[in-house]
Amino acid sequence: MEKVLTRNIGPEQTPTDLKAYEANGGYQGLRKALRELSPKDCQTVISDSNLRGRGGAGFPTGMKWSFVPMGDSCTPGHKYLVCNADEMEPGAFKDRLLMECDPHQLIEGMILAAYTIGADVSYVFIRGEYVVAIERLRGALAECYASGLLGENILGSGFSLEMHVHPSAGRYICGEETALINALEGKRANPRAKPPFPQVSGLWGRPTIVNNVETLCNIPHIIDRGADWYKTLGRGEDSGTKMFGVSGRVKNPGCWELPMGTPIREILEVYAGGMQDGLQLRGFLPGGGSTDFLVPEHLDLAMDYNVIGKAGSRMGTGTLIILDDQTCPVGMVLNLIRFFAHESCGFCTPCREGLPWTRQVLQDIEDGRGQLEDLETLAYQVKYIGAMGNTHCALAPGAMEPLQSALKYFRDDFDRHISGGCCPYESHKVHQHQHQQIGTGA
Amino acid sequence: MNDAQMIQTDLGTVLTREEIRQIDTELAHVPYKAGAAIDALKIVQTQRGWVSDESLRAIAKHLEMSAEELDGVATFYNLIYRRPVGEKVILFCDSVSCWICGCDGIKAKISAKLGVDYGETTTDNQYTLLPVPCLGACDRAPVMMVGDDLITHLDEAKIDQLFSDVTVEDSASEGEQ
Repeated sequence: MEKVLTRNIGPEQTPTDLKAYEANGGYQGLRKALRELSPKDCQTVISDSNLRGRGGAGFPTGMKWSFVPMGDSCTPGHKYLVCNADEMEPGAFKDRLLMECDPHQLIEGMILAAYTIGADVSYVFIRGEYVVAIERLRGALAECYASGLLGENILGSGFSLEMHVHPSAGRYICGEETALINALEGKRANPRAKPPFPQVSGLWGRPTIVNNVETLCNIPHIIDRGADWYKTLGRGEDSGTKMFGVSGRVKNPGCWELPMGTPIREILEVYAGGMQDGLQLRGFLPGGGSTDFLVPEHLDLAMDYNVIGKAGSRMGTGTLIILDDQTCPVGMVLNLIRFFAHESCGFCTPCREGLPWTRQVLQDIEDGRGQLEDLETLAYQVKYIGAMGNTHCALAPGAMEPLQSALKYFRDDFDRHISGGCCPYESHKVHQHQHQQIGTGA
Repeated sequence: MNDAQMIQTDLGTVLTREEIRQIDTELAHVPYKAGAAIDALKIVQTQRGWVSDESLRAIAKHLEMSAEELDGVATFYNLIYRRPVGEKVILFCDSVSCWICGCDGIKAKISAKLGVDYGETTTDNQYTLLPVPCLGACDRAPVMMVGDDLITHLDEAKIDQLFSDVTVEDSASEGEQ
């Protein structure tokens, strides 16, 4: 398979500097766009390529960009391009690799995206814990400014763009694009009501596009080589390649660039090396902590947005989390719900109150204090917190996805906890009730 | 109050020239001063290790916003510390992939070794232990950060080795006193 996103990333994972990046065809997409393509041409190519957002939602990138007011239809002032590099989804570890090893690929994608929507200021909003990526991105930005790839009149084209690396002060909800914009404005990162959509009124009330790291890394290649080429990369109905990852108790956990539509079985068995000795596959979250469980019967499905959607889950980030047969499914869901309860921004009641309630019910079941009525309570939570429209944003509905599918596929495990009065799994014996969510925040 | 204490107090309630210089650089990028709130908190925290009530009031005054509003921002974010922390903060990942790979046992080991639970600082003021949302290194789980360093593939031997210089005061005997 042709490597696209990872063509500069070898097994050593050494960072690629400007010279090495350009020697391998880097900034050719940008030079081509500035020389012969209008912003509208670029937007058309990206739309034609069927590139879908790699952050989790899978929204078509070209269409997202098309909502930005252009030319006379836009009031005078700044427009912003923001890269969402706030990778915090439990089990997701793909953007870190792209930024640490090939920062220029992301920067080129951002310059092209900014050119397409007419943005003059851009930010990489990156989680503060990614210290290596922050340092390498800053180094790459300095190289770009020194070489005329950023700043005033880029490569003599008349197009100007400033770019900043903005480390986050840390909160999962900042990954939601309107919450991210509030964080950039120095506020609490509560998501905003939509509409207005950020494409029209985002950062400081100006048109703003927020795209995921991996999404932006695709842009230079599509511009350079065209939509038709990009569409041939996928094995199924979706275009391009994707960073797929596997974590959990498999032989070879890792992250690989593979064609869209690669069967789950191939990712798990060929690339991740299958389960560790003595363990069986029980189920998996296909795309991070806020996606529904799938089970071994789904192994032959292709990793395409619609295929995974029809099976009752979401492709999300494309990073699979594996549940083995010696890990407690109730404990795993409890861990996830605890995460989401802690990271709730607290703005709306169903999320702020409902998630800790759900966590407590699960904790009781895991600790052997559960009763049969608790399962009805959980079903109630899934129904009311999980329904889109009852909460202010998608955090709480996302949190309900692993729970609702665990109740479907692992119902026996819930029952055994309740009837037996204890967790039937031997592993993870350090009890979670000792684990309190204490931060140094007041 | 002796001179040293007075100087200490003054340092807490006013921003240093360097802090002001850095904050004002950020102000150039925002349309109104409160827009630089998070940057200002981070700048002061970098200098002082954490954000005390006095520091918070000084920043709020400089940004022409209320201290309460700024505290609302400060307490929202995981990496702004409103209590003193040790020389290094341990950000311990207890999210799902690390949990599957046995991070609870590692956490218990660290707590025993350092004598601290989440939110606490070692008696020698070296380390503060905090939980952190998924660190995005799930293929190398369990993981944590110690200061700026990402430490992967954690096991008990690695914890012993990392913190070999730390001696915890015997809390059991303290309790008897």
